[in-house]
Amino acid sequence: MRESTIMKIHYGTALAAVALVAVHILMRLTTGFAESLEYENVLANYKFIPYAAMLELILILLAVHGFNGLRVILLELKQGRMYEKAVSYGCLVAMFGLIAYGSNTIIRTNMGMT
Amino acid sequence: MALVSHIAEEPISTPVPSSKSITLKIFRYNPEHDDSSKFMEFTVPYEKWTTVLEAILEVKKYFDHSVAVRYSCRQATCGSCGMMINGKPRLACFTKISELNSNVITVEPMNNFPIIRDLAVKFERLFDTHQKIKPYLIRDDTELETDEREFLQTPEEVEQYIQFANCIKCGLCNSACPTMATDSSFVGPQALAQAYRYVADSRDKGKDSRLKIIDESHGIWRCHFAGSCSQVCPKGVDPAMGIQLLRGYLLGFKS
Repeated sequence: MRESTIMKIHYGTALAAVALVAVHILMRLTTGFAESLEYENVLANYKFIPYAAMLELILILLAVHGFNGLRVILLELKQGRMYEKAVSYGCLVAMFGLIAYGSNTIIRTNMGMT
Repeated sequence: MALVSHIAEEPISTPVPSSKSITLKIFRYNPEHDDSSKFMEFTVPYEKWTTVLEAILEVKKYFDHSVAVRYSCRQATCGSCGMMINGKPRLACFTKISELNSNVITVEPMNNFPIIRDLAVKFERLFDTHQKIKPYLIRDDTELETDEREFLQTPEEVEQYIQFANCIKCGLCNSACPTMATDSSFVGPQALAQAYRYVADSRDKGKDSRLKIIDESHGIWRCHFAGSCSQVCPKGVDPAMGIQLLRGYLLGFKS
């Protein structure tokens, strides 16, 4: 993939994440902050499908943006053909790993499997 | 004729010893022989108009002829005498001692360049990256038509790129760039500014190939827009702006 395409995704995910995390924080403010973090309320959030979908989207956006940012930082720190390949594929694997782990939590909680 | 005789009769002024002097600290290091670098201090007289290069040449002439320094034109045109002067990349021939407002002047080789000896650095990487972006007009019609003598441009078309054509390849921008300090594969602000110079030139048809060259993992996207390249340019070129304008092409804001 061309670097400009990757960076378009990088900027796009940043903008979308800012918007969705703002919605997420506003939702916390609909009840008291401490109350919103109570076990039952958190479970209720996950079971409300539109909200769970938004959390899933935030997870994907932040994972893509964050791991690409990490890739960029690591590429600037050190150079070398093998190192750069390891960093790029390593970040890709870590990104999919985090998305899979987070999605697993969201889906299982949504289905009442906790 | 009268004027000529007047000039001929003008008395030759003898240099008056200056009452002012500064301490010039010169970085000394020979990678082939020395384990570590050191600074040597010299007390050098100066006048209001004395440049740092002239002070270094004074040291070479009267104190230590082995100081290695690269210079040529002495008028900020050849781009040879770039060095760190009191911690900032500058041209030695274009920096007056009096404007530094310091009694101690420290000269070091430019950052982000391998040292040949003392103040002289290797320019290979600068020239390689400059060459990489194809710094020439690319056109399909390599020969002019019989009735053509030149490729005409309007003043507005010239305005698009003319400041970037002032680059003298002195390397000060690359020396000031924080990304260049850690990323040995980064194209650098000098080459990116030159890429913009040709992309923005209405006579050039090589935009796509140049954008492809700089659109890679160590290309234009590694610029963090610190802007230090533009601050140190002795010719008023603004590489940071050129890089942002180039990004406009790659993000689809410009065509």
